[in-house]
Order: sequence, then structure tokens, then C-alpha cells
Amino acid sequence: MGFPDRIERTVEVAHPPKKVWAALTTAEGLAAWFGDEAAIDLRPGGAARMRWNEEGFTAEMRVERVEEPAVFGFTWPIYGLPADDPRRTYVEFTLEPAGAGTRLTVVESGFAQLPEDAHRTAYGGNTEGWAKELGELVAYLDAA
Amino acid sequence: MPPDPRPRAGPDVEAVAEQVFAALADPTRRAILAALAARGPATATDLAGRLPVTRQAIAKHLALLAEAGLVRAEPGERRRVRYRLRSAPMRVAQQFLAALARDWDGPLDALKDHLDRSARGPATTTRHETT
Repeated sequence: MGFPDRIERTVEVAHPPKKVWAALTTAEGLAAWFGDEAAIDLRPGGAARMRWNEEGFTAEMRVERVEEPAVFGFTWPIYGLPADDPRRTYVEFTLEPAGAGTRLTVVESGFAQLPEDAHRTAYGGNTEGWAKELGELVAYLDAA
Repeated sequence: MPPDPRPRAGPDVEAVAEQVFAALADPTRRAILAALAARGPATATDLAGRLPVTRQAIAKHLALLAEAGLVRAEPGERRRVRYRLRSAPMRVAQQFLAALARDWDGPLDALKDHLDRSARGPATTTRHETT
């Protein structure tokens, strides 16, 4: 079983980068193909929001890279984790001219991320926790 | 500035996910985890009273769940061991599922359609119908 950290796709579209850029980085463009509603403050650190009505799901995004019309990057929450989980994946779109069109690459990375504390909690903490808990259990049973 | 490149998952992380999926493959273990999630820490006897499974079978499954780090034994009332759900390994497995569930093929097809459509005529407000 592989543990995928990144997803990568490249598509060729028959439209110039300028046009693709608008579809990726404007609220109007994003709402037309990605989500049902979108808002975006297009600057590094700016907030963006996508809403999918059918799923009743809203993603709060943070714009990270804006290099018109070549690179657009943002972070967003990992789907399925609790809303307050700080872990996020990084999505980066790269636009390269290809003839009259554009070669568009999207890379989403960070699925396998585990910050040190979370890793300790998930794994290392288990071993320590067991020793501690069993010690407490023994002490409790001895005292009872 | 973009975030630093994330480290790749080590084999221990994969082992955690594997144990979670193995634990969830059994309907009795799923029922035990669901009972602990819904009603909080319980003893093997409590669980045997709620599920159509013998106490011995419950104890066996709890041992496996504890080994996978999905439940933790703690002292309960009247010297009985109580089991508490641990969600941390679930989150590891959830990240694996998140990568599988993240669909880029659908949106990228929709993007192509959108660009083609808007190139053909005046700007239209018709939304792309996702399937």
C-alpha cells in the first residue's frame, strides 16, 4: 500500500495562459468550473473561499503564490479532517505556453504530512501511553 | 511564500494506516469502535451487553484494537478495565483516504469545458453541470 503525499495532473488546453489564469484566479472563473460559489483576495496571504452547494461544503483557502500568469498556489484544509485541524495541503497550478494553448499542471501535496507532535501522538505516544497507563492501572489496583 | 516541502510519510505512518484499515475490516470491531465513539469509554462487559457478541469475543477484539492504538485501556470503576477510543491513528488513515478522495480529474475536465464554452460565444452564466 502506497501512502500518496502528492497528486499531480497535467492537461493541455487550447487557450492562452492569460485566459486560463483568469479561470483559476477570479471568483467568476472559479465559480464557473470548480465550485458553485467562490470569493478570492488574489494576493499572497489573501483569503479565498469555495462553496459546493450540493455537498454543503465550504473550503477556506489561503492564497500563497501569485505570479501572473504562470504560478498560482494556495493551501486548503484536508478533506475529512475536523474543521479545526491545522493541517492543510498545498495546491499549485503552473501554466506554461504550449503553442497557442497552455500546458496546465496541478500539484496538490501534503497528504502524508504529519507534524512532529501529531506523529508522536499517533504513533510514539501510543507506546509511551501504554506504559504510563498500565503503570497507573497497576498502582490503582494495588491501592484498591 | 509557499510552505516548505512536506516530508514524505515514513513506513511507520503507513503501518499505522494499515492497522486502522485491518481493524475496520471486521464488522464486530467497527461496532465496538462505533459504540465507544457514540457513548464514550466502556468495559468489555458493557460492550458485550450492547452488542450481539460474547464477552470473550469482545475482549479478543479489544486486544487487537489496543495493539493498533485505536483504544486505550484505563482504570474504570470497581477495578474493571475501561476502554477509551483513540482518534489519532484514525487521522493518519484519514489522510490516506483524503488523497484518494481528492478528485482533480473532474474539476480539470470542467475547466476545459468552461474555457471552450466561454471561447465560443459571449460570456455565459451557464454553470457547468458536474456529474
